[in-house]
Amino acid sequence: MTQWTRKDLLALEELSEKEIRLVLETAYSFKEISARPIKKVPTLRGKTVVNLFFEPSTRTRVSFELAAKRLSADAMNIAVQDSSLSKGETLKDMARNIEAMKVDILVMRHPSPGSCHLLARSLKIAVVNAGDGSHEHPTQGLLDLMTIQEKKGKLEGLKVSIIGDILHSRVARSNLWGLVKLGAQVTLCGPKTLLPVACERLNARTTCDLEEAIEGADVLNILRVQLERQHGCLFPSIREYAQKFCVTPERLRKAKKDLLILHPGPMNRGVEIAPEVADGPHSVILDQVTHGIAVRMAVLFLVSQANSIRKERHEVSV
Amino acid sequence: MSPFREKSKILDGEGMEKTVIRLAHEIVEKNQKDLGGLVIIGIMTRGAILAQRLSEAIRKMNGATLTLGTLDITLYRDDLTQVAQSPVVHETRIDFDITDRKVVLVDDVLFTGRTVRCALDELIDFGRPRTIQLVVLIDRGHRDFPIRADYVGKNLPTSLQEIVQVRFQETDGVDEVVIEEKER
Repeated sequence: MTQWTRKDLLALEELSEKEIRLVLETAYSFKEISARPIKKVPTLRGKTVVNLFFEPSTRTRVSFELAAKRLSADAMNIAVQDSSLSKGETLKDMARNIEAMKVDILVMRHPSPGSCHLLARSLKIAVVNAGDGSHEHPTQGLLDLMTIQEKKGKLEGLKVSIIGDILHSRVARSNLWGLVKLGAQVTLCGPKTLLPVACERLNARTTCDLEEAIEGADVLNILRVQLERQHGCLFPSIREYAQKFCVTPERLRKAKKDLLILHPGPMNRGVEIAPEVADGPHSVILDQVTHGIAVRMAVLFLVSQANSIRKERHEVSV
Repeated sequence: MSPFREKSKILDGEGMEKTVIRLAHEIVEKNQKDLGGLVIIGIMTRGAILAQRLSEAIRKMNGATLTLGTLDITLYRDDLTQVAQSPVVHETRIDFDITDRKVVLVDDVLFTGRTVRCALDELIDFGRPRTIQLVVLIDRGHRDFPIRADYVGKNLPTSLQEIVQVRFQETDGVDEVVIEEKER
């Protein structure tokens, strides 16, 4: 039986296949709680979870907050514009102050890759990565895996195409690590300027031809074009991007009948995905959102358990 | 290997079957008026198997099909960190409303009463049952809480050094109840 012993959840890159499967299994058990008339269990009663978001977010922040509250933890959000960072405090100092207030879990989203790792090293409390720049977004990766596994019954051998702005996408990276570890075959598709060559070293196929990515695929994970992270001219215009890479009903004509369409949100309808596809029969986009809460409950539960056990052992040994 | 050795066998397969049938009779006797309205909920993992067997026995005996559910109490435990390894969370499956229903709660062994306390807390979060009755296969004593069972398969006086193992075909490959003791 696999055990979760990690203090933090920072990236899917560092997790073993067994650890990923443990989170998914735990998440399946948590899914039912959100369907109960009273959507709450007392498991994390008395624990405090702080959400620290340095980038705009609706889905992930609400999802983490609901996950904490459904486990009876106290959850609070810090809006960055109100924080002391605007007075010149460093991130590390700010986090240490939060730790000194005896918070148990810090959930952070930050534009700089590796910022969660930095905090995890300097704090004793659990750090959960809710997206660090274009590096990783582990809970999104996990909820995508959960959604695919639930709909398809397995991940091994599935053909998954990730389409769009691969270069800037932390979702692509977390998906790639998770999917490859669990035995899926990944194709990355996008304009050449947004397609890092290094991905081929991770056993992913790359292509600039959308039709090639759709043909034979079991799953399409369609990503948003992250204009806010792009510097310089990577493609001529949004219109031209849409002409070549928008997933439309016409382009899905040759697709498998049981194709799944995923999108991590927020969607730009008409740019990377046509409205008919987003709302169509293949789409499992809202299932992803539902699974997001279950996955985050599982993650909060597992890191909290590991830290309580660690603390108790430490007290015994002292 | 296992640091525990078997001390004595309390029930074999046949004994267990007889006990289950007797418990089923007792449940039917006590709930004659609205047997069909009864809800039977087993505590994961072995209580759920016992619940399944009880409902099957009642169906054979009486033709009544009871509503069946399972309850995983991991998330309600007060001793989560005291369990040696991280606990496994199983799914709770109660996809019906228990409000105003008569609930029969099933577990394999009644010991400190802490599991039942968790189960009662969790059940009450699902609604407001009219009554909750408790069935256990083995009552081994040593209660920490003021909890008792309405139906007991076997009362088994034990010492705290002993462990009562209930094994079922479905999970352990054999139907039996044994007392084990730590190897000295």
